[in-house]
Amino acid sequence: MRDWDGAEMLTQPRMAVENLRIGRNGSTLLDVPYLALGGPGPTLILGPNGAGKSLLLRCMHGLIQPDGGTVWQDGALLGEDHRARQAMVFQTPVLLRRSVAANLDFVLRRQGVRWGSRKARIAALLDEGGLAGKERQAARSLSGGEAQRLAILRALACNPEILFLDEPTSALDPAATQAVEALILRASARGTRIVMVTHDVGQARRLGHDIVLMQAGRVAEHSQAADFFAAPRTAAGRAYLSGALVI
Amino acid sequence: MQGFAEEFRVAMGLIVSGDPELWAIVLLSLKVSLLAVLIAACIGMPIGAALAVGRFPGRRLVIVLLNALMGLPPVVVGLLVYLMLSRSGPLGVLQLLYTPTAMIIAQVLLVTPIIAALTRQTVETLDIEYTEQLRSLGVSRLASVPVLLWDGRLALLTALLAGFGRAIAEVGAVIVVGGNINHVTRVMTTTIALETSKGNLALALALGAILVGIAFVVTALVSMIGISREREVLHHA
Ligand SMILES: Nc1ncnc2c1ncn2[C@@H]1O[C@H](COP(=O)(O)OP(=O)(O)OP(=O)(O)O)[C@@H](O)[C@H]1O
Ligand SMILES: [Mg+2]
Repeated sequence: MRDWDGAEMLTQPRMAVENLRIGRNGSTLLDVPYLALGGPGPTLILGPNGAGKSLLLRCMHGLIQPDGGTVWQDGALLGEDHRARQAMVFQTPVLLRRSVAANLDFVLRRQGVRWGSRKARIAALLDEGGLAGKERQAARSLSGGEAQRLAILRALACNPEILFLDEPTSALDPAATQAVEALILRASARGTRIVMVTHDVGQARRLGHDIVLMQAGRVAEHSQAADFFAAPRTAAGRAYLSGALVI
Repeated sequence: MQGFAEEFRVAMGLIVSGDPELWAIVLLSLKVSLLAVLIAACIGMPIGAALAVGRFPGRRLVIVLLNALMGLPPVVVGLLVYLMLSRSGPLGVLQLLYTPTAMIIAQVLLVTPIIAALTRQTVETLDIEYTEQLRSLGVSRLASVPVLLWDGRLALLTALLAGFGRAIAEVGAVIVVGGNINHVTRVMTTTIALETSKGNLALALALGAILVGIAFVVTALVSMIGISREREVLHHA
């Protein structure tokens, strides 16, 4: 086992995948020999459309069973108890057909938070996400950006140790993007391991501690963010930053 | 033409004056059909939900069968219930033939497939959308059933109304198993059929008007629910 940062490899990575493979009808959708995510800050996953970023997140979150390979969390095989400590914001937010507040209440109730404190938590969360005053609105009638923010708040309400975010700001205006980035950095500072997919290179630069560049189902490069943006080690990295990388 | 207008005037009089015989018939109709829908919901919704989220061999066949059962001719259902309940039938000892209970049984058989099939469709469509998100939130397959039922509540209400609409307007099954015994099993549809053939048009017309009114209210409710669902979807697009 070998990865980009020897020093960080000395401590056990929060998440690691080994020999991960997914194929469909003879073509390879995902092929990752080894990837360890263990740095102190957010991991940002970049790559062209169809590169396999969402598939990789789904595998690490245990939503799909790969055709081969293993997913590790804290040195153990990924299991249901690990999954309970993860949360994910999907590329297209799926909101329950209930009010905004009820969407948050759903996860808080599952954690056994009492009604009195749930109400306060919901108010605080909505405040944080700029959705205050919308608690009674039907979640499905929110605008695209508002829905994305609610999905992020709901994931944060789970108090996850690992938070997967699949393009969480793709529909957000600049101010909301800034607010969500602040939210993410705060969660990261509290100790939540962030693994986030984005197409926004500036965002990756702002948030990323390390960068995973994916291409055609493979990890083309995994570098410290500072190094990646200063000078990518690979041809794919250089092509991506110059806007020339496809699939 | 003169005769018809007169019959119509008498019919309206029956309704407005609160004729006890007329309203007893309406009340029994409502009682039988509402109870039938309630029982059918208790049977059909779990079956529909199980078919939607469960995976077992023969599942597709059961779904096809269920859809076919939706189009079951009421008279045939009546005949089957009659055979079960008749003196020499397997349930003959219960002596239920020509009672409101027999009519409820027949209507339950008619309505259950409708509610089960519509529930299956609703829950399955919603499940496709929700499945990854619910799994992500740690909701087990079994625990996701009440979530799906609750979030599909508007569509399920429509299914119940559709079932009620079929039950209350149905004549073939209830006439076979209930007959039309005065003060015992006289419901709106069977009374209309019999009174018309006897030439008592006023009572038939009055019941017909009320039945149309009920059908209208049910349809209006269904489309109102449909509009509010559409609005949510539109907003989301
Ligand atoms: N169930 C599936 N069956 C067949 N192909 C699939 C399936 N799921 C994903 N794929 C394919 O796998 C590839 C990677 O998909 P993935 O969703 O991971 O892309 P992505 O990197 O997230 O792209 P984007 O930036 O557009 O979101 C795509 O080409 C997609 O068509
Ligand atoms: Mg994607």
